[in-house]
Amino acid sequence: MSITLGHYLTLGAILFALSVTGIFLNRKNLIVLLMAIELMLLAVNMNFVAFSHYLGDLNGQIFVFFILTVAAAESAIGLAILVQLFRNKSSINVDELNTLKG
Amino acid sequence: MDVKSALFYAFSAVLLFAAFRVITARNPVHAALYLVLAFFQASGVWMLLQAEFLSIALVLVYVGAVMVLFLFVVMMLDINIDSIRQGFWKHFPLAATMGAVIALELAAVLLGGFRISEPHKPAVTQLVMPAAVSAPANAASSAVDAASAALQVASAPAADVGHVVVAQVSNTKELGVLLYTQYLYPVQVAALILLVALIAAIALTLRARKDSKYQNPADQVRVKARDRVTVVKMAAVKPPVAPAAEEEKSA
Repeated sequence: MSITLGHYLTLGAILFALSVTGIFLNRKNLIVLLMAIELMLLAVNMNFVAFSHYLGDLNGQIFVFFILTVAAAESAIGLAILVQLFRNKSSINVDELNTLKG
Repeated sequence: MDVKSALFYAFSAVLLFAAFRVITARNPVHAALYLVLAFFQASGVWMLLQAEFLSIALVLVYVGAVMVLFLFVVMMLDINIDSIRQGFWKHFPLAATMGAVIALELAAVLLGGFRISEPHKPAVTQLVMPAAVSAPANAASSAVDAASAALQVASAPAADVGHVVVAQVSNTKELGVLLYTQYLYPVQVAALILLVALIAAIALTLRARKDSKYQNPADQVRVKARDRVTVVKMAAVKPPVAPAAEEEKSA
């Protein structure tokens, strides 16, 4: 049995479900939350690359390229906010981020 | 099972294991290192999908830059592991159930619905170009491809009329052609996004302490003699003044 498009999509789906689980589990740890978001983006990129390969359309890979760019910017700013948060609160617990009373 | 399938299952198994360890690891440093492993495996899977450029870019950008940044931040912060693990096992049954439901539903739909096993031949890779026609209808795809295909036509020894030449180009070249022709402005926007992220990250973390002493070289260079020394014109003859005022003047 050869590998079909469905195999790659399933791999992406399981990866996505794992990272959703990770977000639920690590409610207190902001760093692992950021890592779970990176995993989610990886799962989405996996789908893009798989479709791009099996449908013969290169535009999917271009989209992955831009997602990688935005994800790099996002993690840089997220980590900068995290460092700033740790300086002010000496903690990375998400539950303590209640200064804005939202 | 051929080699490609075996490689796919091996990469996928390690990828899923690494992802599982990322979300369950007790120490954030271990989580970051497992995430590096996950990115390497994903890069292998993308290599199987013949996306060489992206798979190498994933390793260079993510493992080389983003994950090193993560590791720096994780090691800089002094995290109390016990406090951030509170509620982990309390949330575990709900989270595991939800994750399993999402994964099973998606897998049931996707495995049944997408049974394409033969990759569609990419239209850009195989630019079919009749030798008789100088400008093909799909010349808009890329000028470079057309040029390279024309080169192959010229180098073909006996290219009779109507002979079809297939130009095989690498994935990286195709992506580059597409990026710098059709997607030129989005590339510029992406560069702008990176610049904004760079400035924002610096501006967020830069903090000048109020009590720290530092030199300002620009002020030092720009200083003039008249800012430092003030020449005061005074009368040569000392007028008779009160003793208190005289003390003030000498000071």
